[in-house]
Amino acid sequence: MTEQKPYDDIPGTIVFDADQSRKGYHLNMFCMSLMKADNRAAFKADEAAYLSRFPMTEAQRRVILDRDWNGMLRLGGNIYFTAKLAATDGLSFQQIAAKMTGSTQEEYAKMMLAGGRSIEGNRSKMESNRG
Amino acid sequence: MARIIAGVATSHVPAIGAAIDNGKTEDPYWQPLFAGYQPSQKWMRETKPDVVILVYNDHASAFSLEMIPTFALGCAAEFAPADEGWGPRPVPVVQGHPELAWHMAQSLVLDEFDITIVNKMDVDHGLTVPLSLMCGQPEAWPCPVIPLAVNVVQYPPPTAHRCYMLGKAIKKAVASFDRDLRVVIFGTGGMSHQLQGPRAGLINSAFDQAFLNNLTKDPEALVRMSAVEYLREAGSEGIELVMWLIMRGALDDEVEEVYRFYRVPASNTAVGHMIIENKG
Repeated sequence: MTEQKPYDDIPGTIVFDADQSRKGYHLNMFCMSLMKADNRAAFKADEAAYLSRFPMTEAQRRVILDRDWNGMLRLGGNIYFTAKLAATDGLSFQQIAAKMTGSTQEEYAKMMLAGGRSIEGNRSKMESNRG
Repeated sequence: MARIIAGVATSHVPAIGAAIDNGKTEDPYWQPLFAGYQPSQKWMRETKPDVVILVYNDHASAFSLEMIPTFALGCAAEFAPADEGWGPRPVPVVQGHPELAWHMAQSLVLDEFDITIVNKMDVDHGLTVPLSLMCGQPEAWPCPVIPLAVNVVQYPPPTAHRCYMLGKAIKKAVASFDRDLRVVIFGTGGMSHQLQGPRAGLINSAFDQAFLNNLTKDPEALVRMSAVEYLREAGSEGIELVMWLIMRGALDDEVEEVYRFYRVPASNTAVGHMIIENKG
């Protein structure tokens, strides 16, 4: 688990690799279940009870209940799956992207209109620490 | 004999589909983007392909983590638009081309590309947004479509080189189909974008422009790049660009770029689009 991976030095990025996929299987399958309207209703009625149907860790349940979007990714979530939870909450992709970057939606939208986040300084952790 | 006559590359941003479905194409935010695809719709009407092979990725719609096929070829007679959490897009059901699709499946496997054959698959925005961009809002899509879903969600996706070689095998498969069909192949996804984590919102226009240039001039340069380089330079979701290389591999070496469009942003993404014709 501690082996160095060639993408570890990409800043602000969690690559959904084998380790993450194994860790996050049930978290992601919970998100997948929200594709069905009945399940969305059951989840909204009692989130904790609904989550108990899935054999997740306590930490995983916590980040879901807290809507800690980066925490979900860290604990094995994949963005295309967690986006289904966002949709259940009525949030757009851009809204959760803003949350994950720690900016307001307005600031984030403005950054995108201005050409997005620059690659300069964002290629590697070494580069971003220098910058 | 069937033959591939041209390739289309385009992003498949879901917000573009939402803008079309909600009548927002004339909004100031969206108007320049849709204006950029008007010449493409004209090209599509004039070119009138008999079949489209559409390379795209599923976004946890048809495939969850239960099954993750690297290459999944849609061989069914039709494919319904997927419900991605807001109800299915109000677009026509996609008609397949089972004869050509099955022929391709056989040819590819015998050619040592062990693709997955899919007889039931809903298709999400990855497939329907490119059709909307190229065909507008018709009652029915203008021709049958063969979906080729590529895994780019679970790391590692197929390498750029593998994608390019698959394109070449597709070209061969189509050419050995004994019916006179004119086929256009779409490679979709990209360009640079990242949807997740603190680096979300990444756009690398210089990388995108170089990619667009090399797509016709030096595809081998794109094929040599590693997955990690794509992740680093084009963003964690920019890795989708490997799907453009399947399209490029299916074309001749000698090609002509007939149209290009690039715009930042659409939602979180740099939108890139190119139409490439075989010279022959």
